[in-house]
Amino acid sequence: MIRRALLLYLGLFALIVAVGFAMGAPFTVRLLVEAAAYALIALGLNIQWGFGGLFNFGIMGFMMIGGFAAVFMAMPVSAPFWDSDGPWMLGKALLAAGAGALVILGANRLHRIGFPKPLQRTLQVIAWIAAYIFFRTQIDPAIAVIESREIGWVGGLGLPVWLGWVLGGLLAAGVAWLIGKACLGLRSDYLAIATIGIAEIIFALLKNMDWLTRGTLTVSPVPWPVPLPQQYQAWGSTIDESFIYARAGYLLLVLAILGAVFFLIQRAYGSPWGRMMRAIRDNHIAADAMGKDVRARQLQLFVLGSALMGIGGSILISFAQIYDPSSYSTVNHTFIIWVMVIVGGAGNNLGALLGAFLIYIVWILSEPVSQWLFTTISGWTEAIGWGAIPDITSRSVQMRVFVLGLVIVLALRFAPRGLIPEIGAGRRPQDQPKQESPDEAVQ
Amino acid sequence: MSEFVFFINNVIVSGLVAGSIYALGAVGVTLIFGILRFAHFAHGDMMTLGAFITLVLSWVLAGMGVSSGLPLAYFVVPLAVAITIVAALGLDRLFYAPLRAKGAKPVTLLIASIGVTMMLQGLIRLLFGTGTYSLFDTVPKVIHRIPVEGSTRDITFTQPQAIGVIVTIIAVVALHLFLKRSRNGKAMRAVADNPDLAQVSGINIRKIVRLTWIIGAGLACLAGTFLALDVTVKPDLAFNILLPIFAAAIVGGVGQVYGAIVAGYLIGFAEVLAVFNWGVLLRPFRDSLPEWVPAQLAIVPTEYKVTVAFVILVVTLLLRPTGIFRGASST
Repeated sequence: MIRRALLLYLGLFALIVAVGFAMGAPFTVRLLVEAAAYALIALGLNIQWGFGGLFNFGIMGFMMIGGFAAVFMAMPVSAPFWDSDGPWMLGKALLAAGAGALVILGANRLHRIGFPKPLQRTLQVIAWIAAYIFFRTQIDPAIAVIESREIGWVGGLGLPVWLGWVLGGLLAAGVAWLIGKACLGLRSDYLAIATIGIAEIIFALLKNMDWLTRGTLTVSPVPWPVPLPQQYQAWGSTIDESFIYARAGYLLLVLAILGAVFFLIQRAYGSPWGRMMRAIRDNHIAADAMGKDVRARQLQLFVLGSALMGIGGSILISFAQIYDPSSYSTVNHTFIIWVMVIVGGAGNNLGALLGAFLIYIVWILSEPVSQWLFTTISGWTEAIGWGAIPDITSRSVQMRVFVLGLVIVLALRFAPRGLIPEIGAGRRPQDQPKQESPDEAVQ
Repeated sequence: MSEFVFFINNVIVSGLVAGSIYALGAVGVTLIFGILRFAHFAHGDMMTLGAFITLVLSWVLAGMGVSSGLPLAYFVVPLAVAITIVAALGLDRLFYAPLRAKGAKPVTLLIASIGVTMMLQGLIRLLFGTGTYSLFDTVPKVIHRIPVEGSTRDITFTQPQAIGVIVTIIAVVALHLFLKRSRNGKAMRAVADNPDLAQVSGINIRKIVRLTWIIGAGLACLAGTFLALDVTVKPDLAFNILLPIFAAAIVGGVGQVYGAIVAGYLIGFAEVLAVFNWGVLLRPFRDSLPEWVPAQLAIVPTEYKVTVAFVILVVTLLLRPTGIFRGASST
């Protein structure tokens, strides 16, 4: 097993070197930075799916939250906003939301003081409606004020961007806690639908809350925690060199984070805590009977994994320097991570890491390769008189979605446990022949 | 009166159209969920595929020199349905059947359906680019107007909307007769209820699986074409309405065809009612209302329409995990 992993990693290294020679160093370093950020997210999903068997299809949402956190923390302070009524009105809206939450929580506990169930249900509904209307009466005017021409949006806090990465992790963890509280009891496919829905809602919110994120107007430039290429140019490097140095600096930082996270979750995986998690994943009823708090442990995994997704999302945004909420899509930000973990080997951190780098390289390289392929075929069709293929460039971009889909179905069929399977787990429940028992549908 | 007509146009007509599309999609999802036991995420793209097949066939027809006062798409729908069914059976044979044969768990099939989604999306974009196409290239979209006495507005709906709703009703009735009266239909319901019992009573499961794909893909093609006729043909046509469709399937009770239809319309109407500006209905009484009543009184802003289906889904899962019609449990 170790030899297999070693060989695969050697192959990956050779692939990266080959890409470096073919596409040039600045391109390759950029690729590696992004792949490392995706690897962080893939490790997050590996915690949720590989360790815990939790189905999270809302990765895009957590990445968007992370990106927003980087923007909010690091963009310069907007003086017009802070001089206006905006902060005060937003504060009132926040207080209204808090008051509403208290009312709802209170209504949820009415049965404790002897309210009959039907009455409590009615009061609960009324509490939700009242809280929603009250919140809207406060937030709507605040938004109108902030979105006026003179202010535009709330701006940032002007703090170092790495604080934004921390905030990204914390925000994603908080949202994951709320989602987990509500949804983790669901069977896996329902959980998938619920989380994909939540990701869609986060997408709609961040895209349309112009006062908070500038929405489709996009925010740029998001700062870097390390010197930018322009800085190196000012220090006397050539343009090519400056990109290599600056991106290499960024890469080192991301790799340091990735290394630390990998070390910690690898330790956690082997610890009693990790064994307990796998026990819960493989048979939660037995684990429950052994006295493990299944729901609480699953919530822990969900929050931990989502925090990594938030951090990865904010690293990607500050590297790209532009935050455009409408650029996120379920395929490019949720499904790709799933492909990484499934192909690499769910439940094995080394596998998830390998899968992340490999799939990201395949994803990025599909475009130039298929462009080359199309150009060649186009040459043939022209030679035999059928005319050239139109729009080669835009079509090549789409090729990668197809390639990724093909990779995952092939992996499921021929290597369902991934390139580097989980060690010592024997047969995972999802590989075992389905035992159609009457209580399957009830589980 | 004008305000009331506005309400009919924006709620009744739009709700019927959206509900029909959701219902057609949700029936397929719920059947696949009920009989093959996995959430078929590629269903939205199957709808898109159906719409694109209709588009290509109408191009072929136009290329053969056929012209008509009606959009050519109407005439090719039966063939498009047939091709979509063949495509779905092919996808099943290539990607799902081998996994089922290995005895893979439903989650593995779910992940495979994600792969199929990506392949379909990639393929459609590869062939057609990311642009939008119209099925009304040669003829304009006919708009029906019914004048209402005492109103400055007419009740308006387009021809494809009317035909689409009628076709949906026909399809639903036909499906009802099939499930209630025919031997295969009864077998399908039996498998959805209890696969083991169905198998030991001698029902051919493979045939039922094939039938499921035929019905699901056929209805998906209808829904996709309906949606494409109502708006435009584009690569992300139906991927975006996957959530309301799944919500309808779950709210209706997994495996319950009637539940899916009812819930499809329920969600369609809930969406349009939620984004409808109720302030319009108050306009005639504007002068007698206090100052503080705002002119915009929509329950949710239009941008957040996506939240409606989700909220209905979550409330259903919390209060009645088996759905309205008592399908499989969600916990």
